Amino acid sequence: MENKNRPEPDKTMEADYDRNIANSSKDHIPGWGIDFNPENDPTYPMKHWNGADHQRSNYEKPSQQPIDVEVLQSIERPGVSRVFGTSTPPTGLSGAIRRWAYKWNESTYLHWVPLVLADRINVFEGYIDDFKHGIVPNPFAERGWQAEWKYNRKSFVQNLAIGVAIAGAAVVIIKQQNKKKKKKRYVM
Amino acid sequence: MLAMNFRGPFRIRADRHRPMPEIKHPQDAILRVTRSCICGSDLHLYHGLVPDTRVGMTFGHEFTGIVEEIGSGVDNLKVGDHVMVPFNIACGTCPFCQQKLFGNCHESNPQASAVGGIYGYSHTAGGYDGGQAEYVRVPYANVGPTIIPDGMDPDDAVLLTDVVPTGYQAAEMGGIQKGDTVVVFGAGPVGIMAAKCAWLFGAGRVIVIDHIDYRLDFVKNYAQCEAYNFKELGDVVLFMKKTTGWYGADVCIDAVGADAAGDAFQSLVGRKLPLTGGAATALHWAINSVKKGGIVSIVGVYGPLDSLVPIGNVVNKGITIRANQASVKRLLPILIDHVMSGRLDPKAIISHRLPLEEVAEGYHLFSAKRDNCIKPVLIPPRATA
Repeated sequence: MENKNRPEPDKTMEADYDRNIANSSKDHIPGWGIDFNPENDPTYPMKHWNGADHQRSNYEKPSQQPIDVEVLQSIERPGVSRVFGTSTPPTGLSGAIRRWAYKWNESTYLHWVPLVLADRINVFEGYIDDFKHGIVPNPFAERGWQAEWKYNRKSFVQNLAIGVAIAGAAVVIIKQQNKKKKKKRYVM
Repeated sequence: MLAMNFRGPFRIRADRHRPMPEIKHPQDAILRVTRSCICGSDLHLYHGLVPDTRVGMTFGHEFTGIVEEIGSGVDNLKVGDHVMVPFNIACGTCPFCQQKLFGNCHESNPQASAVGGIYGYSHTAGGYDGGQAEYVRVPYANVGPTIIPDGMDPDDAVLLTDVVPTGYQAAEMGGIQKGDTVVVFGAGPVGIMAAKCAWLFGAGRVIVIDHIDYRLDFVKNYAQCEAYNFKELGDVVLFMKKTTGWYGADVCIDAVGADAAGDAFQSLVGRKLPLTGGAATALHWAINSVKKGGIVSIVGVYGPLDSLVPIGNVVNKGITIRANQASVKRLLPILIDHVMSGRLDPKAIISHRLPLEEVAEGYHLFSAKRDNCIKPVLIPPRATA
């Protein structure tokens, strides 16, 4: 039976088409083929095999960076790596969730999904922290909307107008519903 | 000091009150940053797709800087050296570093065993603050930082810290043989460099697939390749089969990763919800577009959760999949030579130079692809190079 989805035959169906292009002159391309290596098989050169890993398990390790902040550690590691980042140690509710997540190994959703949840909670903690420090977040600046204003002004204004209209309509509807509720209470 | 401050998905701030970095380990150095790029993989963080990305962190893993201070154990650098810093943090002595797998160091990331430390790339990659700042802490300074050669443009140097090695390694992992047809999915900075580098390995034909026309126009000229908009192709895989005599490409490169467009279901479960490690649309296409016995090279970044890929086709077609974070330190000597001899011109992909103070604008510009943005570079106020 004829397959109607099958494309119409054209010159690109010729088996030679691909090779004809491939074999065309490359004189105009600087450095063409300069790094060609027939030995570049699927295991070379990514791994420079120099003995079995277990023979190097006693490699000379760098000294340990002092652990002076809370470092969450993968349970798939024997210990904290010799250096580590000290940015943003875990705090608050998000920190508690992260500590729990690190009790599970890296191949389980129990490890990663709570971390994503903690990230989202951390955003709200960030707002609280900002307010505590007298910082009022500026969504226009933080979302880089200056670029939108500069390069996509028409759509930006249009989207802003739609957003304001939807928010305005929602406020009006809520107010009307509140009025109706008050009237009902008065009647009862 | 002034530094980028992450406040949540799609929200970042140029913060003038960030603490100065300190020497924490004898092999640390402190750099005054001279250039810092926003990378396509930073957008995965910006979009909230990488778990354990904490509010208050500073991103940035592509940067150059001048050495301001060194720890007692640093003997390969001196104060005043202008260096490019590979995005991988590597000890140089563990079994993986000894195999030149500098992106897989075992002594730089306590939080995960699957990835080595990366500057400014969440706690999943070690919890280090990154280089989108005036100053940055550089661990294992004897290993990673490389002095910028005399005569090299600093704009070229900063691109040698990630995007050029990643594009080059994508082509290298493709095991390209002379005359091979190579398809690159993604015309972002890494895809552009992968297409350019595929020729260096002797590719016979290079095809780039994306849906952003201005990027396709750019890569067509810059990498002298074929470039197609997948929205106009209809069925990408069918097109690939047709244009390769129904065999499929010899090599397919996924230079997109978690943020891929092109498939509504993948986008829903991978980007909007996100229940998987990202939208694996480009990888899906790569597996189905490569010939039997072909090679798929992955440099696109995915989250650690499971991804939806047709693994049955990998088996049935006998595909070899090669993937890794670029081993920047290993590749720098050859890439420096390519740049200095004019075979590669990385700085041509820089489309925007912004002061660090406008980092939020830079992220939005790059993420929303405004003003034909290809590669934004941030210049800190104290940069003098």
